[in-house]
Amino acid sequence: MTSGFPELWDTRAFGRALDAGFNSIVANWGETLELLFMPVLRGITGLERGLQTLPWWVVVALFCAATWGAARRWPPVAAVALLLVLLGLLGVWNEAMATVALMLAATVLSVLIGMPLGIAMSRSDRLRGGMLPVLDIMQTMPIFVYLIPFVMLFGPGKIPALLATIVFAIPPVIRLTDLGIRQVDPEIVEASRAFGASPRQQLWSVQVPLAMPTIMAGINQTTMMALSMVVIASMIGAGGLGYQVLQGIQRLEVSRGLIAGLGIVLLAIIFDRIAQSYGRRVQANLHREGK
Amino acid sequence: MRPVKIHVEAVSKVFGRDPRGALAKVHAGMDKTRLKDETDHVLGLHDITLDIRAGETFVIMGLSGSGKSTLIRHFNRLIEPTGGRILFDGEDILGFDAARLQAFRRRKVAMVFQRFALLPHRTVIENVAYGLALDGVARLEAHRRAGEQIALVGLAGFENSYPAQLSGGMQQRVGLARALATDAEVLLMDEAFSALDPLIRHDMQLQLKELQARLGKTIVFITHDLDEALLLGDHIAILKDGTLRQVGTGAEILAAPADDYVARFVRDVNRSRILLCGAFADAGLIPPPDAPVIEAGATLESAFAAFAQGAQAVAVRDEAGQIAGGLTARQVMQALARQ
Repeated sequence: MTSGFPELWDTRAFGRALDAGFNSIVANWGETLELLFMPVLRGITGLERGLQTLPWWVVVALFCAATWGAARRWPPVAAVALLLVLLGLLGVWNEAMATVALMLAATVLSVLIGMPLGIAMSRSDRLRGGMLPVLDIMQTMPIFVYLIPFVMLFGPGKIPALLATIVFAIPPVIRLTDLGIRQVDPEIVEASRAFGASPRQQLWSVQVPLAMPTIMAGINQTTMMALSMVVIASMIGAGGLGYQVLQGIQRLEVSRGLIAGLGIVLLAIIFDRIAQSYGRRVQANLHREGK
Repeated sequence: MRPVKIHVEAVSKVFGRDPRGALAKVHAGMDKTRLKDETDHVLGLHDITLDIRAGETFVIMGLSGSGKSTLIRHFNRLIEPTGGRILFDGEDILGFDAARLQAFRRRKVAMVFQRFALLPHRTVIENVAYGLALDGVARLEAHRRAGEQIALVGLAGFENSYPAQLSGGMQQRVGLARALATDAEVLLMDEAFSALDPLIRHDMQLQLKELQARLGKTIVFITHDLDEALLLGDHIAILKDGTLRQVGTGAEILAAPADDYVARFVRDVNRSRILLCGAFADAGLIPPPDAPVIEAGATLESAFAAFAQGAQAVAVRDEAGQIAGGLTARQVMQALARQ
């Protein structure tokens, strides 16, 4: 069979070599990696159990406390409480808590990894030049392409789901941390240098606080992307609301899929409320210098 | 004479990919325009040499693009020179390592910025205490000292406001208090009053003069406004295209501009408020015994009243209290008419 483009090199052999290489990694390192991620797995399961075994009103109270801490205003707190009760009324409470646990873990890890990366990128044009295409790849590569290798490495379960979610959801927090720090008024950064700030003092007293609204927008996006990923993650045994959606599809139960889908939407609104009201408060605190 | 605080010696700054190579070409005789056209390097400052003495207000003046903001940033090494030396109290600041430079910026020089550059997320008192906090001064002590400076610039009561809640003039007072709080010997003021309304600006100029008289800081002041330069500056340096055209007191520059550029620059100034009687006293003229006495350090303008009342000449008394000579109305007019 003739193809449009001449075969200049042996792609099949390349593919075989790649597969062999990956298989040997799985064979040799699979168990070590699994062991390495045990603490993370325990953390997620612990969080999930905790959220599921606590009385529902304690969980609602915890969410409300977090919202108050972020917003310092009552309306978002009331909204979050109402949305959580709705979630309970839908009858998907336990599944939702499993999803929350996985999503929180993915978001926290994304922020912990992504913010330092973004900060490093803002300081080095060379690193930025190298990272941007990688981030583009992470955002455009179809999820299944890396989801399957993760499953091969760790076996189906929460860890590959978590890793795939991080790969998918981390780019916004990295990008917007970098962008936010680069957009800080250079005159204020210069002032901090003029008063003898060390690079670390500059970062924490000026750059990060002034970039915070942008960074928060990144964290918000990361949260939303992590949430949208859990449906797909459920296919590899992550459980939660996504699993209900999957079952709905498999059994052609429209109601099951619809209700679980609604639950995901409610969670999205809840986390969006929290993150946005925090972002707005940070923005207001900045009191941007008026002209 | 007061000791030299900052000694600037043959400082040049070239912006571009290979500043040192480009500077070598400049030393070999290439001019600014050819350097830009042929090598794509910009000559920011060329061979600047000047002395700033302790306790004086030294004004660096020039239009935009003259290199004045670049020059002032050399004094705390926000910008590194391509060539030359900068001595602070006789010590070469270009030899400082990062830690030494940080300590130098925390304790020896403080800066005030054109657009204030306050930290918008911190209150007035936190802004003023910023330099102290960077230096590791305990919070309580830092806020006590910051509070004193806030009172000094007349902002008592606004400690817990945020910068955006204050007017421009008040914000720049915060900027000034922040610079004073570290008790630095040298204040670098980069067009500090240029962004303010004319009336507020004049208030700030007078307040700075008063503070300077009380605190005896060395102040390096950048401006593009000649009136401001003449009002504040003990010495004025005029910068054009990165080269120094003239350094001197306001009166010296007005009386004898070094070149056409400086002459055109100072043409529209009210000379009677700047030129001093001492410079024009005629030693050959013996004033009549009943002639009004004017101090040598007084401006020509201050002699106008005596002439208006019909005096033919005034007697000019020097710093030692001796009559140095006389000055007629005609001589004053000649001094003012000279272009």
